Amino acid sequence: MIEVRHISKSFDGEQVLNDISVSFEQGKTNLIIGKSGSGKTVLLKCIIGLHEVDQGEIYYSGNNFTAMNIMDKKKVRQKFGMLFQGGALFDSLTVEENVRFKLDMFTGMTTREKQERVDFCLKRVNLENKNDLYPAELSGGMKKRVAIARAIVLNPRYLFCDEPNSGLDPQTAILIDKLIIEITEEFNMTTIVNTHDINSVMEMGDKVVYIDKGKKWWEGSNLDILNTDNEELNNFLFANKMVRQLKNINDSRQ
Amino acid sequence: MIILQHIGRYSLLIKRAFARPEKHKMYYFRLIREMEALGINSVGIVAIISFFMGAVITIQTAYNTENPLLPTYLIGLAARDSILLEFSSTIVALILAGKVGSRIASEIGTMRVTEQIDALEIMGINSASYLILPKIVAFMILAPFLSVLSMVVGIFGGWIAGVSAGVVSTADYVYGIRFAFIPYYIVYSLIKSVIFAFLIATISAYHGYYTSGGALEVGRSSTLAVVHSSVFILLFNLILTQLLLS
Repeated sequence: MIEVRHISKSFDGEQVLNDISVSFEQGKTNLIIGKSGSGKTVLLKCIIGLHEVDQGEIYYSGNNFTAMNIMDKKKVRQKFGMLFQGGALFDSLTVEENVRFKLDMFTGMTTREKQERVDFCLKRVNLENKNDLYPAELSGGMKKRVAIARAIVLNPRYLFCDEPNSGLDPQTAILIDKLIIEITEEFNMTTIVNTHDINSVMEMGDKVVYIDKGKKWWEGSNLDILNTDNEELNNFLFANKMVRQLKNINDSRQ
Repeated sequence: MIILQHIGRYSLLIKRAFARPEKHKMYYFRLIREMEALGINSVGIVAIISFFMGAVITIQTAYNTENPLLPTYLIGLAARDSILLEFSSTIVALILAGKVGSRIASEIGTMRVTEQIDALEIMGINSASYLILPKIVAFMILAPFLSVLSMVVGIFGGWIAGVSAGVVSTADYVYGIRFAFIPYYIVYSLIKSVIFAFLIATISAYHGYYTSGGALEVGRSSTLAVVHSSVFILLFNLILTQLLLS
């Protein structure tokens, strides 16, 4: 479980996050949603410690991450898996080397054990026989899947995904969403996904937190979201004409 | 104030780069890769430039010492001292600042803007140490070898050019090369090459590591890396010459 307590963050005097408190539950897919520039990426980067917060605390399984020294933070981070927006695969390494990287760095496994683990993770994301390809030779969806395989290779307790569907076609985006849901349940992780994709919200939002102008405006599940009367959230989610019509049909049925 | 900020950030980055590695074996593999990328791959350019510079130094010296009172073996002596004292360390370092410096800055800069450095940090890896330390060590190990290569090829180029142009005989050139030879000049040159290698690797890594933005900023960091490395090479050339030769 991850708890965020009253965190604030500003850059050059501009307040980007303002007194945000929220908790993300284990074994569930937690979504942070909001418009571009709403502060959701800054919030995610504060949670994982890439940005220092100005105020407030972040707790991982009850331990205050913000108060930890560098060495303790490194130990916690070894339990992280992260899926970046562009994949952030290491260009100079092959698919196999990218996935094996954490095993080489943090374990004393034998070459055979590592190979088995890498093969398992690549199979899990449906990417077999691509071991020797370089990131430049992969499609956007394949890069995301390799990044997921790299993220889960050490059985992380926490998975963070920054806009996992950006740049993907709707079908591939749904595949990635399903994969995130499946591995969250399989590894019983606390997963936080940053997105502004309505499909993802409906597909995997066990818990949804809506951020705008650096403040938390709403939280609930993807089922609650259809019936919310929060105007800001409705304007954000149902900006698309077709989706708005579907919501109207849903409202009239009720 | 901005200069002080840069000095402070540079010092902190170097301190982080020299922190204890997470896993020595991984750093060893990276060191070997960097030795190939930064050192072995520079052999060609160093050899070509040294050959032609040695040739030009010899011919220019010959045409500027046409006085019959000056013995022709001085051509070999002047070429030797020019190559040993300045060319093989300083000029080669300036050339490598362009080749190696831009490579380091653009590689690390691209990793920064594509979030690969963030990915390393999230994994609990000291990205500064993992990315920069092997480059510094690899380049400092190989720079003296490149310098020695430059000396040998430069003197050889001078001999070929001098004899081909008919400005000096082989016997006079070789006599000049051996005349009043001071072995310390080689040590002086090698010390300079090691320090210049450190400057190129760290300044370029600094510019790459603190790149923010996109492709345009990576190019800008790369240019700044070459410019600043070159300026510091010239500054330290002056300081080291005063310290080591006075």
